[in-house]
Amino acid sequence: MGNFLTAFLVGGLICALGQVFLDNTKYTPAHLLVGLVVLGSIVTGLGWYEPLIKFAGAGVTIPVSNFGNTLAKGVLMEANRDGLLGLFKGLLEVASAGVGASVIIAFFIAILFNPKV
Amino acid sequence: MKNINKTADEYQKIVKQNRPAITKTKNFIKAYVVGGFICVIGQGFWHFYMLFNISQDNAGALSTITMIFLGGLLTGLGIYDEIGQFAGAGSIVPVTGFANAMVSPALEFKQEGLILGLGAKMFIVAGPVLVYGMVSAFIIGVLKVVFKG
Repeated sequence: MGNFLTAFLVGGLICALGQVFLDNTKYTPAHLLVGLVVLGSIVTGLGWYEPLIKFAGAGVTIPVSNFGNTLAKGVLMEANRDGLLGLFKGLLEVASAGVGASVIIAFFIAILFNPKV
Repeated sequence: MKNINKTADEYQKIVKQNRPAITKTKNFIKAYVVGGFICVIGQGFWHFYMLFNISQDNAGALSTITMIFLGGLLTGLGIYDEIGQFAGAGSIVPVTGFANAMVSPALEFKQEGLILGLGAKMFIVAGPVLVYGMVSAFIIGVLKVVFKG
């Protein structure tokens, strides 16, 4: 699960490469987030995300690419068990914590706070 | 005078092409330091939760959820956008930025109602992220099943 140094080095690098993407293309932050999630799921498909977590810990679980990882991880787990049905059942199997927390937390904060003018 | 007819997109492109390299280098360093620091905080929570006999996987998930909460809270307080001004991708790429991308439009469009304002606009960025994340994860699953890899 990594340590503070590897988390900083790897997590920072992913962010910095994202900055290079934003500075050199006309794409928006939304494109960057989508790209990272898709990239994360591909890296998981190749079996490289778990070793990365072992090495860099939060350096790869805090960047949003981890959403892609959790989505793909669930699909691959369930596909092994339930075949075709697993492809659907697995989507939110591991990702549910992050997705669920995002929706619930974002809802209550948006209810409690008002936009700053 | 022909430049006057440039569209906003083309204008942005020209601005970016002419931006001095030094600015890009500075942006790179700022994104690296702030993004890396956010990950270090997440790592700290991960170690912290493991003190309570929580499994490594669950402690990792809890640290992610804590960061989502902090990103959302700082957005509600109006602080996250100021960090973003400085850090660029350093504040967009971590999951705190994902929380920001949900809370920020939800707050902004709250006055349009709880359903079509807050409820719908919350997914203006999170929606595409989930759609394409799920589609790519699904395709990867199909490939694995087909090739038994």
